[in-house]
Amino acid sequence: MPLLSLRNISKNFGSTRAVVDVALNVEHGEFFGLLGPSGCGKTTTLRMIAGLEKPDSGTIEFSGADITNLPSERRGFGMVFQNYALFPHLNVFENVAFGLRARHKANTEISERVASALELVQLPGYDKRRVDELSGGQQQRVAIARAIAIEPALLLFDEPLSNLDVSLREETRSELRELVNRLRLTAVYVTHDQEEAFALCDRIGVMVGGRIMQTGEPRQLYAFPADISVARFLGRNNVINAVRLSSSKSSLGAFKTLEGGHTIHLPVSHDELAPLNKPCLLAIRPEHVVLVRDRSNNPDSETAENVLAAKIREIVFAGATSTVRVDANGLLLEALVLEPDGLKVGADCSVALPTHRLSLLKGE
Amino acid sequence: MRDKPSPGISISPRLFLFLITAVVLLYGVIYPNLYVLAASFQRSGAWTLANYRDVLTQRTVIEAIVNSLGLSVATVLLCALVGIPLAFLFERYAFPGRQLFAVLAALPLVLPPLVGTVAFIFLFGESGILARSMQTFFHWQTAPWTLRGWPALLLFHTYTMYPFFYVLTGAGLRRIDAGLAEAARSLGAARIGVLLRVVLPQLTPSLIAAGLLTFMTSMASFSAPLLFGGSVRVLTLEIFTARQRGDAVMAVTETVILLSVSLAALVFFQRYEGTRNFAAAAMKGVSRRRETIGGGKARTFATLAAVAFSILLVLPVVTLFVVSFAREGSWTTQTLPAAYTFSNYQRLFTDPHAGEVFTNSFLMSAIAAMGALVWSFCVVTLITKRGKAGDKPKFVGRGGNRLLSLLILVPWALPGTVVAVSVAEAYGKPSPLLGSFILVGTFWILPLVYFLRFMPLVVRAVQASMEQIDPTLDEAAGLLGARAWQRWAKVTLPLVWPGAIAGTLLAFVIALGEYVASVLVFVPGNRPISIAIASELRDFNLGTAAAYGVVLIGIIAISMIVAGKLERLRS
Repeated sequence: MPLLSLRNISKNFGSTRAVVDVALNVEHGEFFGLLGPSGCGKTTTLRMIAGLEKPDSGTIEFSGADITNLPSERRGFGMVFQNYALFPHLNVFENVAFGLRARHKANTEISERVASALELVQLPGYDKRRVDELSGGQQQRVAIARAIAIEPALLLFDEPLSNLDVSLREETRSELRELVNRLRLTAVYVTHDQEEAFALCDRIGVMVGGRIMQTGEPRQLYAFPADISVARFLGRNNVINAVRLSSSKSSLGAFKTLEGGHTIHLPVSHDELAPLNKPCLLAIRPEHVVLVRDRSNNPDSETAENVLAAKIREIVFAGATSTVRVDANGLLLEALVLEPDGLKVGADCSVALPTHRLSLLKGE
Repeated sequence: MRDKPSPGISISPRLFLFLITAVVLLYGVIYPNLYVLAASFQRSGAWTLANYRDVLTQRTVIEAIVNSLGLSVATVLLCALVGIPLAFLFERYAFPGRQLFAVLAALPLVLPPLVGTVAFIFLFGESGILARSMQTFFHWQTAPWTLRGWPALLLFHTYTMYPFFYVLTGAGLRRIDAGLAEAARSLGAARIGVLLRVVLPQLTPSLIAAGLLTFMTSMASFSAPLLFGGSVRVLTLEIFTARQRGDAVMAVTETVILLSVSLAALVFFQRYEGTRNFAAAAMKGVSRRRETIGGGKARTFATLAAVAFSILLVLPVVTLFVVSFAREGSWTTQTLPAAYTFSNYQRLFTDPHAGEVFTNSFLMSAIAAMGALVWSFCVVTLITKRGKAGDKPKFVGRGGNRLLSLLILVPWALPGTVVAVSVAEAYGKPSPLLGSFILVGTFWILPLVYFLRFMPLVVRAVQASMEQIDPTLDEAAGLLGARAWQRWAKVTLPLVWPGAIAGTLLAFVIALGEYVASVLVFVPGNRPISIAIASELRDFNLGTAAAYGVVLIGIIAISMIVAGKLERLRS
């Protein structure tokens, strides 16, 4: 049984549909990410989990109990806010102790738990500091300490790293992951930063326009976006307009690209995904496009199919890798290469699109 | 093991708050004002327009209406003429003496009107210091002028009300994005063109707000017309004398006329204040730096102007201070009082009557201010929107919220005369709201009137503090397990109280010097300070009257310093 279940929850603000029919499960001990562009409804979803907003429809279950209408103060969840929401009139100790005082804990227990929470976020001895004397990174740690001091049943993060500068963000990110692992906490983490979500989360739900478009492990989402909006949001995909040619007897389907008129093959798990003679979208990552300098050279057997003749249009050097833009008879593709030596703009080449790297997109 | 806070008793606090708010507004604002409105259309129990016909055919009444309106319009123009250029000079340019004036500029706003009036008589009156010194200097036989009628009223009004224009224009100028003016100049506009086509249009909302504020204050002016209005009769004075005569019908009808004019001004004011806030929120531009006046002549001139205006501002207070040490009866024909003594102050602190007056004012003002503080928390908790759009107040929707805010502002916009008369009329005999209890003639009428007049200040202070609180703090406290009342006591209250106390102090000191409403409804056994000042003045105990004023100013100064400290604590 999942620890947290959202069953078809929706939320409107006036005429804006903020969250539409969102369903997701978070397992015990899982670090679950909600990833999406700003305004996609991920924060509203998190706030509904926290009890700060009520869904218009749908239910939220925790440990098998319906908590949809339970006020936030009785859920026992910890939350780290984007702006930290530290109490400006209280010092560090009292901020961290706040939840324990609300639970009427004994003073000795409070000081012990506050001390260990501050230790965990590497701020021991900061008890008496005023919160406005702390740096952004320190405030962030206090916010985390405050959330974990109550030993929350679920830890919620609302873009907690977005106010930190880049170097601090990466450092805090790995510390955060370690902390959550060590305390064996279950967490829901909202972010618009793909890299952050990939680095932190066990599983990610990608939200676009108030809906969860795809849920999966980071590598799976990255390599096989199921949906055009996911492919676009996860960035730098080659998106190919194509038409399904025939329902093949084998597991490979044949497609004709609208630009260039190439025939390419890729595995199609369900025929319904791509009806015959209907336009559809294919995607492949630039780093999976294999660039072959010499056309006579036989590409290896794995990629024997989907080899297209092309011309190099542009080479953009970007340090470790270079992006090569090629034109395959009107079909424009990007390929990522490690060593662009010997490549010339205007030269002929071949590109291979390995069948197992291509994905068929839903949508549009 | 998961910690769960124990569940609390579940009542509806919002319903409770709504009932308190509604009861206060019903008793204090709605009923008294509707009562005088109804009374003005009634004669011996029958509905009629006869009152208005009678009142509006009297020449003195028409004259009073025309005078009030004319005086207010003239005051607005004069204050604009003084306040706007001063704001430009002191906001835009840096020169020696600038700080001095900037600190003193708002002084007249906190001076109790009666005390200011008294100080003006000592300074500018026909036997005041200024007239006497000119007489001595030029060896004139008679006083060169009298402090009477239009010039006197306009001088006093300009002195006390120009800060509205000065402060609001200054704030408006600070908000204007310097980049806009620079852009206009880079496009080839001349300085005067920038002023007329870029700066002034953006200042318009501030100027209109200042104008309406000045207009309302001038319509409500009472002390100055009473003490040196001479033959210029204004509405507030007419209402006062009608009540003194016992002509309730006349007083009520004139009150309704004054009430309508003030409410109309309030409605306009709200509209423009709204746009002002909007403009402030929309603009986050660069603030401009003050230009330093470098040129010798201009710099000298500006500095001299700053010093001269600063002296003008403090002169009445200095005069009051000097006179407060004058031995009673010693100041007859001399330029300055001839003999000085501490006895006036001694009298204030030893005479049981004087002590009683201070106790009365302190007690009544404290009751009013504390009541306003407590009530403000109820109201503001009820009407301030917390959290995101989804969490709207349960008992009052958006329209209800605006109605509540307007009703709260009404007593602030109404002249003290109107507030006092409407409460006195409504609760001067057995009423449906109070049964057989008659408020008039009891101790409680003045604290109630003070409360009504000055609670809008406290509500605004509390609301401003409350709105500054980051709503996620409350959410964070909730997630940490704090229930509603715990969140209120441990998060909201500690963050709101500095601003709230500052607002309460302000209401307290203004109530301490209140005269306009007090003179209409005070009870002889319970005289406030202002009534004592007026009666000392009538008995020609000039020194004692001045000493009362100085003590009042001292209390106000201390309170303002404390309030300022609290404001800084808040940010």
